[in-house]
Parts: sequence; C-alpha cells; structure tokens
Amino acid sequence: MKKVRISAILLLIFGFAVLSFDYYSQVPGQGFISNFPFKLGLDLSGGSHLVYQADLSQSGSVGGIKDLDGAMESLRGVIESRINAFGVSEPIIQTEKTTINGAEVRKLVVELPGVTDLQKAIDTIGKTPVLEFKIQKEGTSSEDVLNATKMEQAKLEASAFVGASSTTVNANISDSTSSLISLLNSTSTAVKSTSTVASSIDYSKLYSDTGLTGQYLKTASVQFDSNTRQPLVSITFDNTGKEKFADITGKNVGKVLAIFLDGQPISTPVIRDQIKDGSAVISGNFTPDEARTLARDLRYGALPVPINLIGTQTIGASLGENALKASVDAGMWGFLIIAIFLLLWYRLPGLVAIVSLTMYTIFMLAIFKLIPVVLTSAGLAGLILSIGMAVDGNILIFERMREELAKGHSLEDGIREGFARAWLSIRDSNLSSIITAIILYFFATSALIKGFALVFLIGVLVSMFTAITVSRTLLLALGVKHYRGIVKFLFGNGLKS
Amino acid sequence: MFVVKYRKIFYTLSTLLVLFSIFSITRWGLNYGIDFKGGSIIEVEYNGVRPSHDDITSIVRGSGVTSEIVVRPTGDKGYIIRTASLASSTVNVITKNLTSVSTVAGTSTVSATSSVSTIGVSTAGATTTGATIKRMDTVGPILGAELQSKSITSIILVILAIVLFITFAFRHVSKPVSSWKYGFAAIIALAHDVLVPTGIYAFLGRNGGYEVDALFVTAILVILGFSVHDTIVVFDRTRENLKLDDHHKEAFDKTVGKSISQTFARSINTSLTTILALIALFFFGADATRNFSLILIIGIVLGTYSSIFLGSPLLVTFWKSQKNK
Repeated sequence: MKKVRISAILLLIFGFAVLSFDYYSQVPGQGFISNFPFKLGLDLSGGSHLVYQADLSQSGSVGGIKDLDGAMESLRGVIESRINAFGVSEPIIQTEKTTINGAEVRKLVVELPGVTDLQKAIDTIGKTPVLEFKIQKEGTSSEDVLNATKMEQAKLEASAFVGASSTTVNANISDSTSSLISLLNSTSTAVKSTSTVASSIDYSKLYSDTGLTGQYLKTASVQFDSNTRQPLVSITFDNTGKEKFADITGKNVGKVLAIFLDGQPISTPVIRDQIKDGSAVISGNFTPDEARTLARDLRYGALPVPINLIGTQTIGASLGENALKASVDAGMWGFLIIAIFLLLWYRLPGLVAIVSLTMYTIFMLAIFKLIPVVLTSAGLAGLILSIGMAVDGNILIFERMREELAKGHSLEDGIREGFARAWLSIRDSNLSSIITAIILYFFATSALIKGFALVFLIGVLVSMFTAITVSRTLLLALGVKHYRGIVKFLFGNGLKS
Repeated sequence: MFVVKYRKIFYTLSTLLVLFSIFSITRWGLNYGIDFKGGSIIEVEYNGVRPSHDDITSIVRGSGVTSEIVVRPTGDKGYIIRTASLASSTVNVITKNLTSVSTVAGTSTVSATSSVSTIGVSTAGATTTGATIKRMDTVGPILGAELQSKSITSIILVILAIVLFITFAFRHVSKPVSSWKYGFAAIIALAHDVLVPTGIYAFLGRNGGYEVDALFVTAILVILGFSVHDTIVVFDRTRENLKLDDHHKEAFDKTVGKSISQTFARSINTSLTTILALIALFFFGADATRNFSLILIIGIVLGTYSSIFLGSPLLVTFWKSQKNK
C-alpha cells in the first residue's frame, strides 16, 4: 500500500514537472528550456508553401543527369542559399521522391513561414541557377581579394587552376603545384576564420565578369593527384569555352579566377599557367567530400535541374492565428465536456480518469516540444480526437473492474484483475489505430496529413501508457478496503447507486 | 440479448443505409476538391462592405482567367473564388485587383484590366476599403494525381493490414466458428462503416458543396481503424467467454449475446467521449477541420453501431448457416 502511494505521489510530481516544462518553455528567456517552443505549421502561423517538380527529362550538354540524388541535393543547396538571401526565418527546404502512376517524380518542397508575398518568393526561388567564372579586378592583389572573399561554405578556401595534363602526366609540374598549394594554405586560414554565411559583400568591387559561364562547361569530376593522393576537381570546357578559358588564363596568370554559383563564390582558385586545351584541374587542400561537393556544384550548377512550380499555398497570418485559437478553444471545451461526463458517470474512478487524462495531455504537449512535432490544424484535431479516444483505455478498465467487484472480489483485487483483463483488449484494439497511423504517415502527401498521422500515432501510444500506469497507480493508491456504503456509491456508475 | 434476437431488423437497417450510400455515390458522385483535381482557390476578406458577387467575377475574369470561375460568399465579408489551376503571375494580378477595389455603400467601382493591376481608383466620395487575402492555394494536376494514387494505396494497405491483423489476433479461436469468419464479419462491418459516411458525404457534396479532400481520406482511414478497434473489443469478449466455457455447454448465440451485453456500456461510452471531443472540434475548432470532424462523427457513430448490431450478430448468422449444412 505504502509503495503504491509513494509511486502515485511520484507520478503526480512528475506530471507537475512536465507541466512546468510545457509552460516555462513557452516563456522566452528561461535559458535552456526556451529552446523547446511549440513548432507551428504554416496553416497556423501563416506563410507560403511551394512545391516544385524537378524536370528530369532533360539530358543536357553534361550528358544527362545520372546521379539524381546528387542533383537534387545540389538543387536544394542552391535554393537554400537563395532563400537565406531572401531573409526568411526558419525556412524548410526538402527534396522528396515519390511515385505517381508508376513514374518516379522528384519534388522540392519549400516552406516559408511568415512570407505572404508569394510572387516575390517565387521569383527569388525560380530563377535559373547561374555558374560564373569571375576574374579579380585590375589593380587588386590576390591575397587581398582572397581575404575579402567570404566563402559561404567554408570548404574550398585555397585552390589553384592548373592544366589537366600537368597533374596527370607531368610529375614535375605536379610537384610545383604542391608547393603552390602550401603557399596558398597560409592564406586559407585567414579566409576560414572570417568565413560566415552569405554576407553583403559587394563582389563586383573585387571581381569582374569574364563572360565564361557554366553553359560552356562540359564535365566536372573528382580525381586524385597521382603523387600526393590529394583530391582534385577536373573540369572540361566545350570548344567555345576552351577558347575563352585559354584567353582568360593566358592574360591573368597568378590571379584569382573565382567560381560563383548564384552570385556566391564557391571556389577561388588561382591561375597557375595558361591552359589551352580546355581541361583544367582545381587543386587545393580539400577533403574528398569537399571535392565531390565542388564537382557536383560545378556539374549541376552548370546544368541545374530545371524546376516547375506545381503547387502553392499561402495562408494569411490572421487566418492562421484564428485557426490556432479555435483549435485551442475546441481542445479546452472537448476536455471539459469529457471531464463532466466521466465525473457524472464513473464518479471516483471518473475523477481518476480525469487526472490520468490531464497527465496524458501534459505528456503529449511535452512530446510535441521535444521531438519536435510541427503542429497543424489537423494535428491539433488529432490531439483532440486522441483525448476522446484516450478515455477508452480507462473505461475498459473501469467496466472490467466493476464486473470483478460484482463477482465479490475485494476492491484491490477487483482493480488488479480489471487491469489485467482489460489490457489484452486495450492492446489489440489500439493496434489497428497504430497500423492506420503508420500507413497514413508514410503515404501522406501534405504536411497537414503527416502532422495528423504523427499526433495520432503518438497519442495512441501515450494513451496506452497512461491508462495502464497512471490510472492504475492512482486507483490503487486510493487504498479503499471495503466495497460498501459510500465507497460502493463512489465506485458505482451510471444511474445506479 | 435483443441484439442477437432481432438481428434481422438491424441487418435490414444497415442494408438500407448501404443501398442509399451506393445510390448517392453513383448518382451524385463525389465532389472532389482541388487537392484531387487541381485548381486554384483564393479567399479574400473585405474590411468594409464587400463588393457584389458579379463584381468579383468580373475582376477575376478581367485579370486574365479564361476558365470557369466559381465565387461563393464566406462569412459576412469574404469570398472564396475557385478557378482552374492558375499560373502564379495570374494569381498575383487577381489578388492585387481584388485588394484594390473600392466600395461606396455596397456599390463598387471596378475597372480591372487584363494587364498588371491597373485599377481605376474610384470617383470622388468613395471610401476605399482595404481587403486581405486570407489564403491562396494552387494545386497543379501532378499533385492531384499524386494524392489520388497515394490515397488509393493507403486505403488498400490499411484494409489489408487490418484483415491480416484480425486473422492473426483470432487465430486460436476455431470453435465453433473459424477465425477467418471473425475477420470476414469485421470486414463487412468495416465496409458498412466506410460506405455510409462516403454516401452521406456524396449527398452533402451535391447539396452543400462539401468537397472530398486529403482530410476526407484521412477521416475515412481513421474510421477504418476505429471500426475495427470497436469490433475487436466485442469479439475479444466472445473469445474470452468461449475460453471460460470449456465444454461448450452454452450455445454460441448465447455466448455472443452475453459478450455484447458485457461490452455494451464500454462501447457506447468510449465512442461517446470520442464523439464529445469531435463535437467540440466541430463547433469550436478551425474551419479547416470542420468537415473532417463531421465525417468522423458520422463514421464513429456508425462504427459503434456496427460493432454491436452488425459484426457480432453476423458471427451468429455464420454459425447458424454452418450448423444447418
């Protein structure tokens, strides 16, 4: 008895602690726990949702897109940096693979909270990615230019352009390349320390256009230096590009020929020699992964995956706010009505069920914060629905308990037996809801439905837990011994006394 | 138990409901929303007096929409405009034109042209009223096709999983009715619980503009889960009572009747709390989930009804028919 009561008290304290967490994590400036606010979906917070389809039918000059995942990842990166430049807080950019009528479709989903100027967002995202080669301005020193160039991704600081033949064929030149690399490494540390996310540097002061762009690029791939085993990125230009490249490299030996993707520098190699045959190697102190990223950006930056807008959704802030308020209202009313019903019909066990249900709601809210679950109007509907369904476990147990009591068991035995026997039903009947929720989650096409499925799934699991632990412990802790008089009334139900 | 005794009355009632639903679905069809068939929706709310219905239509038409335009008033101040799927630039023109309409005591001065928002701002004395675009949705045909194929897949998967699950859960029960018959009875109840709300929805779609969207499919899936959930509780009790009655002294129909009466209060009460929650959602909840809660209320009422009055009596019918062989 004592043990059960201690557990009951501990449970209540735990519930109270979780409640405090729910509350204080919504109040700003509470230190660590302020990192766990509710995450609201676009339909509650207002904003824009855009769905693009990647056009994979194109096989351009780079010889078709073979690495679809890589191409999509590259596209995602490009769109992300554009949106960052647009200044949106907490945007979500995801690529999705889906099958429609037997055909594989790649989608890019963009969520922009708070953005209701759809056209501006579409214009920003939808422009074709541009890959450009830019040469440092007349009268600037390579070192100054490199120092001033803040790399958006701190990955490819130091590098050099050399003719492809020099590394792969001529070992001597490749030695001299290494020495250049080491020279450049000293400047790279400086760059690294200042590298931050896309800033407002005016690159037009540092670099001038060369007219050489991604459209002249034929291939880009990762190779390894035969001597140093350093990864290199080798690129090949087409005929027009070859001439342009030869001209540029001939005139600017020793200068920085930076590569820009969408106006942001992704690599800043220095020209070593004139390169006439149109194939060059970008060498630098990078890891294989970094080299792969650069090659990928060069490839798909040069031939980006074209994207078509196939769906948009914009929700005004006021509509979202009203939907949130309405959902919270509905939740409170729903809870209140259920509580009144439980109390009137089941009396004392009903009261226990109310406490159990309160704990259930508190736990659910905490889980929403911790995972975190993006809450949508459908998700909140799922929560309200699950509160109604969470009572189910309790009712099964109470009904069973009453039967056991009617058979003449003592109260404590009645409670224990009731739980033991109800458990199988609770488990089996909830399994079908779990199956539904899981299938729904994996086949959901929108954040709204996914949100509902997730909340519903968590709800069913948590309700099983609260029904068998919280309700059970609390009922046993009441410690009523005799099933008669007032106790009989309190444990009775319905219209009977 | 009267449920078992008068089961034919309940069979008749259910059959009538199902027939009505089949009629409703085939006669009127389902009113698919833009989720499924693609299209654009713009919801606008005016701060003052809203322009007339015709004005809205002509603004939208004047903004370069050539397809059908459906304008419905919403609330006191708003309109919901539906068209075929529009390019974002067209939507942009429409929203600019809609929000720059000026209204004088109910009559509005509109001169939208097809080029980008050249609105002749009204004559002297007019009070310009602001307007807000509450939402804009555009769904292209590809997304519609995706939702269609995924909805069908998920409905089939849920049904399959549930059949497997019931067969598995009742695999040890074989006397006097074999386990697959429990599954079969549950499936009939399930089909009933899904068909009837769909039929009612087709009726509502025809008469009240209710649209079938992704949330409708979600509601149907939840009803599928709930229907089985409810049926299982009763079957579970039958299973337990059969186990207790080792020597099969009691006739099967008596056992089923006893099981129904033992779970009666529970079935009604758990559904009742769920329905209470849904009623709160229907009346107080967000507009987006109103139809969703309505369809769930219908489905759960039916699910409870069928688990008591259809699923378990069917077991007795199966038992009788195999006895008479």
